[in-house]
Amino acid sequence: MELHDLPKPKDLMNIDLNRPPEKGWMDTPTQFRDGTYSYPAAPKNLKALGLANPRQWSPADEDWKLPENWQEIIMQGMKERLEKYRSFRLFMDICVRCGACADKCHFFIGSGDPKNMPVLRAELIRSVYRRDFTLLGKMLGRLGGGRELTLDVLKEWFYYFFQCTECRRCSVFCPYGIDTAEVTMIGRELLNLVGLNINWVIEPVANCFRTGNHLGIPPHGLVDMWQFMVDDIEDLTGVKVNLPINKKGAEILFVTPSGDYFADPGTYTCMGYLMLFHELGLDYTWSTYASEGGNFGLFTSHEMIKRLNAKIYAEAKRLGVKWIIGGECGHMWRVMHQYMETMNGPADFLEEPVSPITGTKFENAKQTKMVHITEFTSDLIKNGKLKLDPSRNNKYVTTFHDSCNPARAAGLLEEPRYVIRNVTNNFYEMPENTIREQTYCCGGGAGLGNDENIDMRMRGAFPRASALRHVRDKHKVNHLLCMCAIDRATLSALTEYWAPDVSVGGIHELVANALIMEGENDRTLDLRGEPFAEVEEDE
Amino acid sequence: MKSVLLEEKRTIIKHWIDLTVDTYPPESGSFLRNQKDQFANPVGAAIAQGAEALFDWVIGDSQEYGPVVVRRLDDIVRIRAVQQFSASNAVAFVFLLKKSIRDGIPKQFLKDPDRFGELLKIESRIDSLALTAFDMYMKCREKLFEMRAMEIRNRTSRILERACNKYGAPHEW
Repeated sequence: MELHDLPKPKDLMNIDLNRPPEKGWMDTPTQFRDGTYSYPAAPKNLKALGLANPRQWSPADEDWKLPENWQEIIMQGMKERLEKYRSFRLFMDICVRCGACADKCHFFIGSGDPKNMPVLRAELIRSVYRRDFTLLGKMLGRLGGGRELTLDVLKEWFYYFFQCTECRRCSVFCPYGIDTAEVTMIGRELLNLVGLNINWVIEPVANCFRTGNHLGIPPHGLVDMWQFMVDDIEDLTGVKVNLPINKKGAEILFVTPSGDYFADPGTYTCMGYLMLFHELGLDYTWSTYASEGGNFGLFTSHEMIKRLNAKIYAEAKRLGVKWIIGGECGHMWRVMHQYMETMNGPADFLEEPVSPITGTKFENAKQTKMVHITEFTSDLIKNGKLKLDPSRNNKYVTTFHDSCNPARAAGLLEEPRYVIRNVTNNFYEMPENTIREQTYCCGGGAGLGNDENIDMRMRGAFPRASALRHVRDKHKVNHLLCMCAIDRATLSALTEYWAPDVSVGGIHELVANALIMEGENDRTLDLRGEPFAEVEEDE
Repeated sequence: MKSVLLEEKRTIIKHWIDLTVDTYPPESGSFLRNQKDQFANPVGAAIAQGAEALFDWVIGDSQEYGPVVVRRLDDIVRIRAVQQFSASNAVAFVFLLKKSIRDGIPKQFLKDPDRFGELLKIESRIDSLALTAFDMYMKCREKLFEMRAMEIRNRTSRILERACNKYGAPHEW
């Protein structure tokens, strides 16, 4: 380290005891510190998608290589969106700054940075809106809380809109129902217009656009991977499960996030689906085209959501299935539940989902024709269609992390718990204000789960971790369950840093452990290849 | 000296908490101080619980930390290691206890050689606490870099495993 990099001794020992007066939030410039921001999108990915301003740049650079008329582009984009989305205009106008949301964001709670208060995050855009789009703001300027869109403001947008995981916890507490995640979504759309985006979002989007899945796996790669799982299952259980791929005329299309194909512990959940469907003798199919349930378009723009989502119904139509089951994924369910039918429907070529095993009609899925796997499985259990031995999961003392989108966007609160209670003997809830609708985010959703952003992720993860540590200390919880592929990756990092003795896994991994299959051998190993019970050492 | 510190315990701890909270932006201070639900405000809770346990150790005689002290110190350092602090500032909250103690005892104690000697002993204990905090801070940072490396490795580990199986190459981590 160079001498001039070091703080002066007198400054070090004068720790914030006589601090100079703070500047207001409008005048505090953004610092891009390593570990707290994501790397920008690679030009090849922007080109592949036809997005604006592909170039090499870094947020830490002074010059962001913006188009000359960037202000004009953004203001025009804002004007268009205010006209197109009534919700956006409403959210800009209606906030009375009551502060109900202020302390509800996991990033604010974990960082203490006031610009992570949802109200202030939205205010970053609202201040510009006020100055340029409202009469009062035009007259009063800064006095009325308005400000000009300067380069510093733009940099602040980039920093803070890619520091919101769009988890929507704040919106639960807003008396007006302002959905700050939608403000973030518009904020990101506007940033995209001048080429400001992050690679962890744009690369999966580009991959998905090309191959149908975020990882960019071509069809033969997928087949290879699924086959690999089938082999593993046979080794562990003695049962060779069937693997229907792109099967025309199958009754059901199964769609799940590609994150579970390659990365542990998601792979075990994926093996769980294969085993369950085999045991039921379900007439279903995987698809090498609709090979991704996740949709990082949600973190890019409305247009991109639509582009990436279109393949689901298209593939359902091509294969001639009757309805669709979706796997354990988080944001996928926000897209399925709230956008898919409007954007790419109506799915009038599909039928209202009816379980072929139990005859249950999934009336809630009448519109989208797509059923969540825990709805499907809990119905099977309720009707006694599965032979289960929960004691095979006895080494786990579990708790359940409600993933933001299934919980808050799709209301899936009871089904996962019902399944968990039937496949395990030890389940404890985390404190009430950290679960269900009030669940805390994992800190890495909405494209922020990349390694370069690790400090910020750990800040955002702390509220969840604090609740987890509580049940770990009180009930000896050692396994954190979730039903989201991003969670399975990011919660693994969360536990590594905040609660190293807790493992992470999906629900259908435990379902498959407990599932007694026809023709299975004397199973002693779980899907991870570890003994069902911890062998107690002789003393 | 100790009896005075015990008498003034509440004031000193409150002052220490206030000084520590003041290392955060002012807009966040009232939340960190006033929200008492530990799950709604886990950072504030860690500071408050930590302050009490660490103060008790500092004015005690034990040469060992014990599991509670270690846990409480680690809780605060682990949080500050990922927040927007420099390394020095992340562990500096420990030294702020010196100020809150000096402000909390009668001024004449500083002129009384015996009591001043006792104060210096207590301040030495604070110094060792600060050094421990620095060790903990480094462990946290090293853990973060290890996690980054592992994440990059794990992203492709199954693909590599598969490829190695297929072509008969040895594959071990």
